[in-house]
Amino acid sequence: MTSHEPIESAGPVGAEPQATASSPDKSPSVEKPPFDQYAVRAGEPAVGHRRAPEPARRSFGQVLREELWADNNVTVTILAIVLALFCGGILMIIGNAELREQWSYFFYQPGKTLAESWDFVSTAYGDMFKGSVVNPDTANRWYWDMAPWQQVFYPITETLTYAAPLIFTGLAVAVPFRAGLFNIGGQGQAIMGAIGGGTVGLALSTTPWLQVPLGLIAGALLGGLYGYLVGILKARTGAHEVILTIMLNYIAALFLGWYILQEGIKDPNRPDAISKPIAASGYLPKLIPDPLLRANLGIILAVLAAAGVAWLLKRSRFGFELRAVGHNPSAAATAGIGVGTTLALTMALAGALAGLGGTSVALGTAPALTGDMLGQIGFNGILVALLGRVRPWGVVGAGLLFGALQAGGNTMQNFSGVSQELVVVIQALIVLFVAAPALVKTIYRLRRSPAAAAQAMVAKG
Amino acid sequence: MTTSVLDAELAVPTGYWTRARKTGAVMTGLGLLATIVFGLLATGEAARFAYGETVDGKGIDIPGNVGAILFGLIAVAAGVALLVTGRHFGLLVGTALLAFIVSALCWQMSVSPVSHIMPLGSVAAITFTAAIPFIFGSLGGVLCERTGVVNVAIEGQLLTGAFFGSLFGTVTGSFWLGLVAAMVGGALLSAILAVFAIRYLVDQVVVGIVLNVFAGGLTAFFYEQVMRPDTDAYNFPERVPTWPVPGLSEIPVLGPALFNGTIFSYGSLIAVAVVTLTLFRTRWGLRTRAVGEHPAAADTVGIRVLGLRYLNVLIAGAVAGFGGAYFSLQSTTGFSKYMVSGAGFIALAAMIFGRWNPVGALLASLFFGFFGALTSFLIGISSPIPSQFLNMLPYVATIFAVTGLVGRVRAPAADGKPYVKG
Repeated sequence: MTSHEPIESAGPVGAEPQATASSPDKSPSVEKPPFDQYAVRAGEPAVGHRRAPEPARRSFGQVLREELWADNNVTVTILAIVLALFCGGILMIIGNAELREQWSYFFYQPGKTLAESWDFVSTAYGDMFKGSVVNPDTANRWYWDMAPWQQVFYPITETLTYAAPLIFTGLAVAVPFRAGLFNIGGQGQAIMGAIGGGTVGLALSTTPWLQVPLGLIAGALLGGLYGYLVGILKARTGAHEVILTIMLNYIAALFLGWYILQEGIKDPNRPDAISKPIAASGYLPKLIPDPLLRANLGIILAVLAAAGVAWLLKRSRFGFELRAVGHNPSAAATAGIGVGTTLALTMALAGALAGLGGTSVALGTAPALTGDMLGQIGFNGILVALLGRVRPWGVVGAGLLFGALQAGGNTMQNFSGVSQELVVVIQALIVLFVAAPALVKTIYRLRRSPAAAAQAMVAKG
Repeated sequence: MTTSVLDAELAVPTGYWTRARKTGAVMTGLGLLATIVFGLLATGEAARFAYGETVDGKGIDIPGNVGAILFGLIAVAAGVALLVTGRHFGLLVGTALLAFIVSALCWQMSVSPVSHIMPLGSVAAITFTAAIPFIFGSLGGVLCERTGVVNVAIEGQLLTGAFFGSLFGTVTGSFWLGLVAAMVGGALLSAILAVFAIRYLVDQVVVGIVLNVFAGGLTAFFYEQVMRPDTDAYNFPERVPTWPVPGLSEIPVLGPALFNGTIFSYGSLIAVAVVTLTLFRTRWGLRTRAVGEHPAAADTVGIRVLGLRYLNVLIAGAVAGFGGAYFSLQSTTGFSKYMVSGAGFIALAAMIFGRWNPVGALLASLFFGFFGALTSFLIGISSPIPSQFLNMLPYVATIFAVTGLVGRVRAPAADGKPYVKG
């Protein structure tokens, strides 16, 4: 980010627009100095970073400081999170009966009102941190040998457990987004994946070395086929993928409801709608073999999947075609890329990723298949992808943040009595603010960053 | 979507196998299936269609196998007519599908171990009641999308309406004020959609999806924090009263559905009429449609594009919010978490199925409501057809609609495209 040039500091650069316009640029989002300026700069050994376009009297630190408060990606994302947490704090105060009472005496005892509100909100967010990263009390007790080390790791492993399926479903939204498709169907594809993986998990009983890969393959395959259906319908008929995927989500949910009631799948010893339990050999192996810590292979697979997707998008031929179709389908078709095939394969890949997300829940944390086993992971995946700016590693980061919020939300509900539904609100607000950088910029009076132009439309579908 | 629509219009079907003829062939096949399979499976037990709301009273009896074969043949006839003539598409497809359903019903009722009687009045009433939130939701969608703003946030608007209706209906002690609050609530959520879509140019589907999550989380949070601890004070609204129309509500079959309703059922029909008239017969309607189809041209002739879009999105939110109050003021007493549970998306489907037209949206909503009523009836007579598959039908139908297998639908040209003056 530090190499981006704030527009105010343009100086002599801005005076020669025609030179700027004509210079070929490797990264279009960065305003490049004209050639003569660039040559002078390149000749100066004192400049620490490549392409510093501002006059020499500005130090690196100054540029960094200015860019830190400009509307670049990182700043906007962090400030959006801060803003969402602030709104969450206000909601906590409104949602608490005693604080509501106290606020009616605001003009009588303003200091006490603010102090009590601050105490409440900071305690709740503190609990959230303790539930998602590390609890200092437990760490302290472990240091004095009063608690086992597993307890110290409990919060962070919870975060990883929640993050794994979100990264998968986030990738399932991010990949088609790069091809110009908005995949709302992560939920349905994840459900189909959970059905595939879960069926292998409960039907077989062999060694984990065989059964776990089989389950993952079945999940990815079923999810992939469900995604492929969307892609092929879109390619053949031009139907809008948003509508298709919304409808297929409900069809998948209803199908799951029917499936778990079938002979051979349903648990005959239970009156409610639940499948037989997953066989012990079907579960994804845990990272740390301890009954307390739930984190399993899923998070490793999710990060590997992100790495694979990053390689695929950046380095592979298919990834190139995918991005070409996303930028301009007509141009891609003219260049000899099979647009329909690319769309169908993209959706199949997305479906497979979402299917793996569903499988990682079915074989990771769920004891059996139930109607609502997946919660909202598909829809949360949309938020994760948008927050991660539809880039694979961004999705990993966003998935970890959302996982942390969810894990922390449980603790917050248990200790501070703030309903964990607040987490959903905070997540939605973060994404809303990130999707509208102009809003965040106005609220914080950020300086304009030249890099912003390319990022302003993160959500451009 | 635009390109494919263009393609479909440019490629004039010249061969014998037009879309109508293909559909006719499919309908003939369905009719034959009904005649042979349903006719053979059905027993001679009489299937009784009672006119009233209960299983007693007047009705007509048809032996199950006779009915299944008869209506199967009607479906065949309609299919063949469509196949031969290729005309009267809507009428013939409607007849064929209805006959197919009745044939299936005759079969199911004749083999049911529980009951052979279908109370038509009750089915009609359930159909209409189930359709109410779809009607309001899809009207909200129509108003929004006709003006060029995609409204995927119908679910959220319904949910906000349900929440505000219950909360303010309880606090003020009057369902009228609850209804007003529901409209305000829906409009507030819509205002966020409008600001983000129109002012900040964020992709409208993205905003809509995020707003659904936002509305779900927010209402669930306040439900847990405020409503649940003190239900009597915050979540115990007065339910809307039923206003039967004297005389007319006694009409067989349709009377109970149409003339024994609440403010929601009467309001939904009035709303459809008002939106239809204003959208197609007034200056505002013309401008709205112009802005939705070609904002630049509308701007050229002096229409305030963005102002009109803001206004219409807010109205759409208010309409959907009003419909959302149905859940907390009529369907049950009070709000519960995520109580809308997908109705907003069915409303979205109804809007598309109804081709962005208020009357079409009404018919599509009734169609989806009918499947809901049929499902509960078939569960009632312990039919072996799994209810999940019946519940899938609205969604499958929508997929057929958008993929052009039943007739291609076309969105307003500027739907989802932000307008930047310049």
